[in-house]
Amino acid sequence: MELGLMQRRLEDYTKSLFMEGLLDAQFLQLQQLQDESNPGFVGEVVSLFFDDSEKLLNELTSAMDQQIVDFRKVDSYVHQFKGSSSSIGAQRIKNVCILFRNYIEEQNIEACLRCLQQVKQEYYHVKSKLETLFRLEQQVLAAGGSIPAIEVTSF
Amino acid sequence: MEVESQFHVLAVDDSLIDRKLIERLLKTSSYQVTTVDSGSKALEFLGFREEDEQSSSDYPSISPSSQRVVEVNLIITDYCMPGMTGYDLLKKIKESSSLRNIPVVIMSSENVPSRVSRCLEEGAEEFFLKPVKLSDMSRLRPHMKRTKLIPQKPEPEKDEKQEEELEPENKHQIQQQSNSNDHPQTQSNTSNNKRKAAVEEAISPDITTRRPRYSGGVTTAV
Repeated sequence: MELGLMQRRLEDYTKSLFMEGLLDAQFLQLQQLQDESNPGFVGEVVSLFFDDSEKLLNELTSAMDQQIVDFRKVDSYVHQFKGSSSSIGAQRIKNVCILFRNYIEEQNIEACLRCLQQVKQEYYHVKSKLETLFRLEQQVLAAGGSIPAIEVTSF
Repeated sequence: MEVESQFHVLAVDDSLIDRKLIERLLKTSSYQVTTVDSGSKALEFLGFREEDEQSSSDYPSISPSSQRVVEVNLIITDYCMPGMTGYDLLKKIKESSSLRNIPVVIMSSENVPSRVSRCLEEGAEEFFLKPVKLSDMSRLRPHMKRTKLIPQKPEPEKDEKQEEELEPENKHQIQQQSNSNDHPQTQSNTSNNKRKAAVEEAISPDITTRRPRYSGGVTTAV
């Protein structure tokens, strides 16, 4: 595929992630922090996020699975997840976490379990999208191109 | 272009992701950075020792940590941390004779007015809402101070003299810095900062999600 076309595809794909509300402006901040001196910054942060999230989700699942749920512990995990997702711009995960915390406060186990399911879904969804994004970026870079800066006004 | 060395910021956050983020933000803004994952590690790094605070430096400690001279020009810390919170750390720093001159900035993911005012009352210079952005970095510059931590030396009188001499110097620098407060953007020292500031101006008006809540609201909440 011709470079220009690849870049166009990358740009469209990136924009779609914002349009869908999967990513918010914080992701743009991360991209701004990436430059020639730190070319892998976004990838590194996102990779940390993936590792951290897998651990958190395991802990959360285990905590919710207990005979007697320790809501304080669950809240602590969700608070962490809310923080990390917010830091990388994973908007939908963050929003589910906010909802999740409300149900934790109510000690509504059923609703909490639903939120846990939802937050997992959102996580795997954004993970898959970001992996595709990075793959497209790698293709552009490998073809000798540079990653186009996203025009914020156009969405 | 600057003859003096870079400002050194100590960043404290229990989240690895946030540490990476704040480190990059600070380095992009030309600061030297040290990150630690807890308040107690921060105090350790600063050479804070409970017993040194109580004595009057008549009894010099000989251990390596207290002989290290660490220049830290600003501390930026997360509020919510297990064990010692950012607020606890702030208190310890402001209660310490050797550390109280170091400016402290608090970061929090939650915009709780009572939390904000409590921190500002305790002596925090600024309260940043997370996630911290590039544009927040310009709010740090006015608070940077050239403060040297005095190591424990065998001559107590000399120490006291040095502390006195340091005070007017700090005040002088505060004067200079408050004069330059008016136009923080134009005080950007490198073309990098200028370029990034220009990018920020271009970016911020168009993002409609949460920006207004974050930018002006917190520091004026007092």
